[in-house]
This record gives sequence, structure tokens and C-alpha cells, in this order.
Amino acid sequence: MLRLNCPVCGLRDETEFSYLGDATVQRPGMGNTDPAAWSDFVFIRDNPRGAHSELWHHVSGCRQWLVVERDTATHKIGTCRLAREDVR
Amino acid sequence: MTSHRLPSGGRIDRSRQLTLYFDGRKIPAHPGDTLASAMLAAGESVVARSFKYHRPRGIYSAGVEEPNALVHLRSGERHEPNTRATMIEAFDGLTATGQNAWPNVRFDLSAANRLLAPFIHAGFYYKTFIGPFRGTGFWMFCERFIRKAAGMGTPTKEFDPDRYEKVNAHCDVLVIGAGPAGLAAALSAGRNGARVMLIEQDRELGGGLLSNSAGGASDPWRAAMIAELEAMANVRILIRATVFGAYDCGVFGIVERLWDHVSQPPELQPRQRYWQVRAKQTVMATGAIERPLVFGGNDKPGVMLAGAARTYLNRYGVLPGRRAVVATNNDSAYRVAIDLAEAGSEVTLTDTRPTPPADLAGEAKAAGATVLAGHGVLSADGRPKVKTARIAPVDANGCATGPARRVVCELIAVSAGWSPALHLWSQRQRKPVFEPSANCFLPIADARPELHIAGAALACPEAKAAARQGHAAGADAAKAAGFDKEAGTMPEPASDPSAAWTESPGTTWMFTDQSGKTKGPAFVDFQHDVGVSDIDQAHREGYTSVEHLKRYTTTGMATDQGKLGNVNALARMAELRGQTIPEVGTTSFRPPFTPVAIGALVGHTAGRHYQPTRLSPIHDWHVEGGAKLTQAGLWMRAWYYPQSGEDLRSAYIREAAHVRSAVGMVDVSTLGKIAVQGPDAAEFLNRIYVNGWKTLAIGRLRYGVMLREDGIVLDDGATARLGANDYFMSTTTANAAKVLAFAEQLLQTSWRDLKVHVTSETDNWAAIAVAGPQARALLTKVVDGCDLSAAALPNNHWTHAMIAGVPLRIHRMSFSGELAYEVYIPSGYGHGIWQYLIEAGTEFDLAPYGTEAMGTLRIEKGHVAAPELDGRTTLGDLGLGGMASTKKPYIGSVTMQREGMVDPARPCLVGLVSEGSEGLKSGSILYALEVEAKGHGEGWISSTTYSPALGKNIALGFLTNGRARHGEAIQAVNFLQDHTDHVTVVSPHFYDPEGERQNG
Repeated sequence: MLRLNCPVCGLRDETEFSYLGDATVQRPGMGNTDPAAWSDFVFIRDNPRGAHSELWHHVSGCRQWLVVERDTATHKIGTCRLAREDVR
Repeated sequence: MTSHRLPSGGRIDRSRQLTLYFDGRKIPAHPGDTLASAMLAAGESVVARSFKYHRPRGIYSAGVEEPNALVHLRSGERHEPNTRATMIEAFDGLTATGQNAWPNVRFDLSAANRLLAPFIHAGFYYKTFIGPFRGTGFWMFCERFIRKAAGMGTPTKEFDPDRYEKVNAHCDVLVIGAGPAGLAAALSAGRNGARVMLIEQDRELGGGLLSNSAGGASDPWRAAMIAELEAMANVRILIRATVFGAYDCGVFGIVERLWDHVSQPPELQPRQRYWQVRAKQTVMATGAIERPLVFGGNDKPGVMLAGAARTYLNRYGVLPGRRAVVATNNDSAYRVAIDLAEAGSEVTLTDTRPTPPADLAGEAKAAGATVLAGHGVLSADGRPKVKTARIAPVDANGCATGPARRVVCELIAVSAGWSPALHLWSQRQRKPVFEPSANCFLPIADARPELHIAGAALACPEAKAAARQGHAAGADAAKAAGFDKEAGTMPEPASDPSAAWTESPGTTWMFTDQSGKTKGPAFVDFQHDVGVSDIDQAHREGYTSVEHLKRYTTTGMATDQGKLGNVNALARMAELRGQTIPEVGTTSFRPPFTPVAIGALVGHTAGRHYQPTRLSPIHDWHVEGGAKLTQAGLWMRAWYYPQSGEDLRSAYIREAAHVRSAVGMVDVSTLGKIAVQGPDAAEFLNRIYVNGWKTLAIGRLRYGVMLREDGIVLDDGATARLGANDYFMSTTTANAAKVLAFAEQLLQTSWRDLKVHVTSETDNWAAIAVAGPQARALLTKVVDGCDLSAAALPNNHWTHAMIAGVPLRIHRMSFSGELAYEVYIPSGYGHGIWQYLIEAGTEFDLAPYGTEAMGTLRIEKGHVAAPELDGRTTLGDLGLGGMASTKKPYIGSVTMQREGMVDPARPCLVGLVSEGSEGLKSGSILYALEVEAKGHGEGWISSTTYSPALGKNIALGFLTNGRARHGEAIQAVNFLQDHTDHVTVVSPHFYDPEGERQNG
């Protein structure tokens, strides 16, 4: 079981969170009507071995969306910050 | 003379007598015995039959690694198969029986299997059942016989009557194993002030020290350590507890066997407890497991690990053999030979090394043992148990270099070296590396800074050094966890002579005759009957990688997971490949370390407690009012309210008809309710709903549909505008959590510029839908301070109101198609208002209705619900395409235009009418009338009911090109019950399609 260091609640079990996926994917702007851009956003993801920046939802806690740095090969958890404060 | 109890010695309580039963025979025992030690004391030699060949097997070890002595324990509902006799503590009345044998383990008719041995070698299944036979039919036929003949114990089919529980815990330092290293680690970490958990799988602390003779030099140290640890408030000690899994981020799984050592747990006590521990730092003092030597007949009762023989002697006061051969390639077995000789055994010690350690050899000789350097055991002979050993001089490869001689013996105690128990360490995604100087796999130093290793797990040679190592590891771990006091000095144990296995060990592990062949079947993996010949065959046939070897031969795959056999199997493959063990590598260890009862992992989350149950604030009234309940996700809802003699069908038909003729009331508190607040709330709604929201005035509400990012319909519901920046969204019961999480995701990631808050209000409000021609009259009678007339409150409007002094809101909207209102009440008043309405409604003939009638009413209206919003349907499929705004983008507005999503051939929503008297079934597949009912068909039925308004059985479904096929007769085939109905395709709006009733 992973443990994530929620910036609001502290170190908590994985079971309190739900996982979404790649946090680096940018949602196209609302006005974007290019089907390819939307198709990329909805369906296309890398599956890297190693460093991965990903979105988790503290759904049974503070309900904040978090950007978690996780190594997919070792499960080492790096930084864990609020998605709303994430600098893009 | 066979194995027997000595008149004195051991750590058992001889003042008390226990009686155990094995296959109905009485086995005397004392507290402190295991089933295995009691059976050895009673001279029971054959205790089990092997997996494949039904060979007689005895007790091979004294611990968790036991591969042979698997028995059925207890009977009836507490019957448990494959339990290790070495781990079962003796209690009065214990009953065990032999398994995998008929009629019993002493005389097993299935032993004829051994004649088939040449045919059921490795790969037997693959070769026999692939090839001349097509399909799986032949395998299916043979499987029942094979499963019966080859296998382990049989499980009970009765329910487990015992309780189990789960505990979450945290500690600074987790110490696994309470041998000298573990005791010292717990002490130093504990003295530093860290919160320590010390976990020991045995019933006593001490580990290998317990195998030293009772009253010996190590006992006072052990007692002093335990006394100090038990006095520390910050140290928690668990005995009879196994750390079975090491997981990411310092999480460990532990099963504590609280009451396995008695016949049944005391009332209300859990039999086992599953601990989920989060540890900042861990000290693994998990010890080492001895390895078998491989020679002909090395699986026979009477062959035993050397360390185990010493344990039975010193801990249990059992002499495992009056005449013993001790065969070794390392120093550790010398102490076994010395102790056996001193206890009165006639001992012959063979050491594969040409030059044995002079001091130990001298000591052994002084004790009366014969020491044969450069010798090995070619075979164990005798049936069913060992009667003689053939001993010969051997070279470094274990090949005989001279004639063998027979030595009469009842015990052959073997040691091919020791393997540090690195299972837990390895579970953390690392493989250990082979260290030739210690002839074993060792962990990589510093591979995981939070895992400290000490003692025999690190091939530490003896107790004093292990304790020092543990003391340092405990202090390091405490320091890393933030506790950095001086731990003080620790008393040191006497040097332990038992475990000096790292002093220039020999590498010989197998003995053959001069031709290089073993004398008779020689086993590498006892539990799965994997012989040297199977490893050779795997190599011959190309299965040379360790992973292939494991799967082809099944070595290391049984309940003991190769604790004994793995290294020898690797050594054989290395020899065959002309490589070294490090080059061949090893397989990974995975949890659990030892078998874990599923009941322990489940704990109390079974049955009704598998998941939480959510109840409406009005729930108690439904129960008292005689409602039948149904489960909807986590919620319990009122399904129908039967009157005397009514079943589901007659009750829901009455309830639905009553709504259309008078007035009904249904509890809809389970609907998701989300407060959407902030200056950009309208913009937010405009983006997540397909229809427009910018023009919705305060006091009004609107039905909306939202899509997923991929353009499929996510959910629907009504949202009311309560104030300038304040909206009240409702969702379906099923999707409430999903919609809220999605909204939060959008607002916290992509739409951070929107000033909007979303808050779940589901539990804040009870909701009651009041529907029917008399709905307005009823509510008008009970409300204060508002006008519910058609002019003042048209459909899709809401108003504040008071009922019985309770401030609440009334939303005029209709799911049933009747004149209808939803009353939103602060949840604490929900039950009271429901009761108030029931009483006030008498004169209007008000009747409550349940979810089944609610479904009937919405199907008659063609309103979609969860069965239609199934994660596959588009707006167009549902006939809601007209709702989509063309003036604005929204979630899914681009992706819903993808080619497959707008294919005109997609099945779309239709109504279906059956002229038959039997109801239609959801999931039935739709076919044109004239075609054979085969394949995927042209659509499916999603919701069904009997319609009292139409007097017919009707359904909603999806049909290819359905909108153009109204009036066509088609067939609906229910394959599960092999039933076909003829149905007519109609508009899904069966009843009042113009909506005159709801808008009146």
C-alpha cells in the first residue's frame, strides 16, 4: 500500500485516495474544436517506467486533487502538492 | 529404537498431561509441545503422504518451513487442511488426521502412483493434454481423477464459525523476529524512546536460543532481555504473529494467531487478528532456514534438518533417533552431533569437507561421535522409514570415490548450509545476491535505507555477534525515526555455539554414486515431489531460466514456497548450465511468507459489513410502515409497501396506479445534492451541462444532462437557481459521488480560473416527491407562506415554504409525469414532515410508493435512468440530442461528434409493448421477426415493467434505427431463460407524451 503525504491532512493511506493518471496532460481550452486535440487529451497517455507526475484525489479526506510524483518502477513517492497550486 | 521422549530436559511443562489424537490414535503431550514434537515423542514416523507419488513422509523440520508434515486439523466447521504439524501447539483434545491418503497415511492405496512415477514427471500435464487431443474435453475428463489422486488436504465446505478482526497500527521501529538480534534491536530502539513493535511468530521469544538446552548459558540473558522489554511502555510485543507481507511505504501485514492454540476461541474473541502496520523504520531479524542435502531417499521419514533434530532434543526433550547419522557440509551440524551424542545417541557425523574444523571435530569425538571427513550419504534405505544409511567417501561434487558402507540408524540429520530468511526483504521488489563465501543469498546493503537487517538474516555467525548487530541496527533505526538518545550498554549473551555455519562452508549439496547418479529418487522440493531428475529434464527440454524452471517443474510453488528447495534447485540448474548460482539468479519472493487464512484478511468486512450502509433520514418510517427494502448502491431504499397478501407485482402496480389517480409520496432523499456556489457558478454549469444555463432566473430550475470527456452521457438531473451565485444541483443516486469528484477535478485542475465551490449536500436534505392529481391540494393544505397555484408556481419553479413550522423548499418538477413536487427538508425534520404529510394526506387518499412503482411511472413516461445511462449511450441514443446547445462548448461537445458516436445505425431508445401476459426481462436481445436469434442482435432491453396505465407489459430498450421502426413487430429473446417474446416497437413516451398532466 502506498502512503501519500497530503499537504492538507498529512501522511495517509492509499485507500483514502482515488487515482486519475498523468498530471501533465493539459485539457484543451473550451473553445478548441480540433477533434485531434481532444482525442489526444482523452485517450493518449504515456506509460513511463520511472518518474511519473500524477493526479490523485483525497476523496475520503479533504477532497483536494493532488499532484503526486511517483516512480512507477520503485513506487518511491516524491513531492505531493495541491493541484490548484501546481505551476504549469 | 525410534524417536522417543527423554526422561528429562526440554522447555515443556511435564507436570501436566495433554492428550492429542492423530488418525484416532492417542498421542500424549505436555504444554509447550507442538503436534510434531508430540508425534515424534510417541514414535509416529509416517505422518503424511506426498503430493504426487504418495510417498510416506515424516517430520522434516521444527518450524514454518515444514514441507512434509501437513495434516488436517480439527473437524467439522473448524476443519483446516494443510496445517504444518510443526506449527500447531498442543492442546488437550486436539484432533488431527492424515491427508492425501486412503485409507490412511500408514497404508495408502494411492501409493501405487509411485509406479507411475516415470510417467508423471515435470511437464506431464502440458505434454499429455496438448497434442493428439483437440480442445479441452479430454483434460476436463481426466482432471477430476488427477485432482483426486494428486493434491493436498481437502477444505471444509461449512461456514467458518469464528470471528476475525483487523487493526491499524503505527510504530517508529518494527522489529521482525525475536531471536538474539531482534531482542537486542527492540531493546536499543525502545531505550531510545521509539515506539517499537516486536513481532515473533513463535509462542515464545528467543528464536534460535530456544534450541539451546534449557537452563543453559543463554537462558539468563534471554530472560533479562524479555523482562526489560516487557517493562517498557513504548514497546509492544506480539507473539504467535507472523509478518507475512512487506509493502510499499513501510506498510506491513501481520497475522496474529490469538486463539489457534486452543480447541476453539473463547466466546466473542477473535480467532486471529490482522494487523496493518505502518512503520517508519524496520529491523529485519528474520533468521535463517537450513537447507536439505539431496540423496537417494532423502524424503523418507527419519531424514530431518540437523537444526530441527537439535530443537526437538533441547526444546521438547525428544530424542529423534537412538542411532543417528548427521550429514553436513558446514560447521553448524557439529553442535547437533555433540548434543545428540551427549543425550545418548550413537552418532556418525559425515562432513563433505576433507578437513573438518579441528576443535569441533575434537569436541564431537570427545562426546562419543564418529567423525568421517570427506564423506556423504548416498542413500537413506528402509521402508517406510529410514533403517540404514549408505555412507561413502565423496569428492567436492558429492560423487562417491570409494565403496559405501551401511550404518544402521533411525535418524539422518542433514545440513547443506543455511539460507537467510530474506522473503520480506525481497518482497520489496529486490532480489538478493549470492555470496559464495557464506554459500547463501544475502540482501544488498543499503538497498533500502528504511530496512535494517541483523543477525542470521545477514549470515551473522553466532548469537553474541547477532545481538551486537541487532543492538546497533535498533539504535540506527530509532535514530532514523527521530530518536537519538544514548541506548546505553547492553548485556551480551554467551557465545552461541549452534550457528557457526558461515565458517568456510562446503558447497556440496548432493550425493551420487560413482557414475554420477543418485541412488534412487532424490528430492529437491519435497512438497511438490520435484526430484533432481525433474530439474535435469527441464534443462534438457530448454526450460533453463529460473522462472521457466519454476513453472515447468513447479519447484518452489507449494505452500512452503520453496523455503527449503529453492537454493538446491538453483544449484542443480547452475551445474547443468555450467554456471554459478549468481549467474543463474533467483526468483522473486511474494507475499505471503506463510499461508494466511482468508478470514483474517477479511476481518469483519463480510456480509452486511462488507461496505457501509446508508440510510435515508426517513428510513425508520419505512421499516415501521412495513416497507420491503431494496439495496441501491450503498443505500437501503423502500422498494414497495405491501398491503395484506400483496407480492411485489401486485403492490407496485397498485402504488403506481394510485399515483395516477390520487396522490402518492416517495422518499427521494438518496438523490445526490450538490451546492454550486460562486460568481462563476452559471459559467461552470454551462460548461458541464449540454444545455444552456446563463438565462436561468432565480426561482427556477431546469433539467440538465452532462457528458463525460469522451462524449458519453454521464448523468442527468435538475438544478435550481437559489440565488445570484447559488445553485442547487441534483444528480442520480448512483452517480452522486462521481459527479462531485469530476466537478472538483475540473475546478482544481483545468478550470482554476472559475470562482466556484462545489459542496456535497446529500446528507443535509431529506427529499420527498409528492405526485398525483391531488398533489397540489395536499400541499396547499399543509404549507404556510406560499402560493402553489399553477399561476404562482408553474412547472420547473421552486419556492421557499413552511410546513408544520419547518422552513423548507418546494420544487415543482415531475419524474412520474404527474403533477408533482419535490419537498426538500433539513434532514433532521425529514421523518417528522413525512409523518405529518401521511396524516394530513388521509383526506386526499395519499399513499406512499416505493422505488419499484417509481420505476414504473418513469418507464411509462420514457424518462431515462441508470439502466439507460449505462456508460455506453450518447445523447442521440437517448433521444436527447435536441437538448444539446449549439451556441456554446461543453464537456464532450467535440468528442461526442466522433464518427462512431454519430453513426446513424447506433441503437437508440425505443418503447416496446408486449401483448403477452408475462413480463419482459432486462437484458433480452432484440432481433427482427424473420431472422434467427443468433449473435449480437439489433439491440437490447434496458428497463421493464407492467404498466397499469396501458394495461400491458412494456419496456424501454435500444434498437438499431429504432426511431424509424415504430409499429414494427420484433422478437425479444431472453437467452438466460430460453424465452422469446414478440413485441411491438413504439415511442418511448408511452403515456401522456404531451406532458399535459405534469404541466397542469
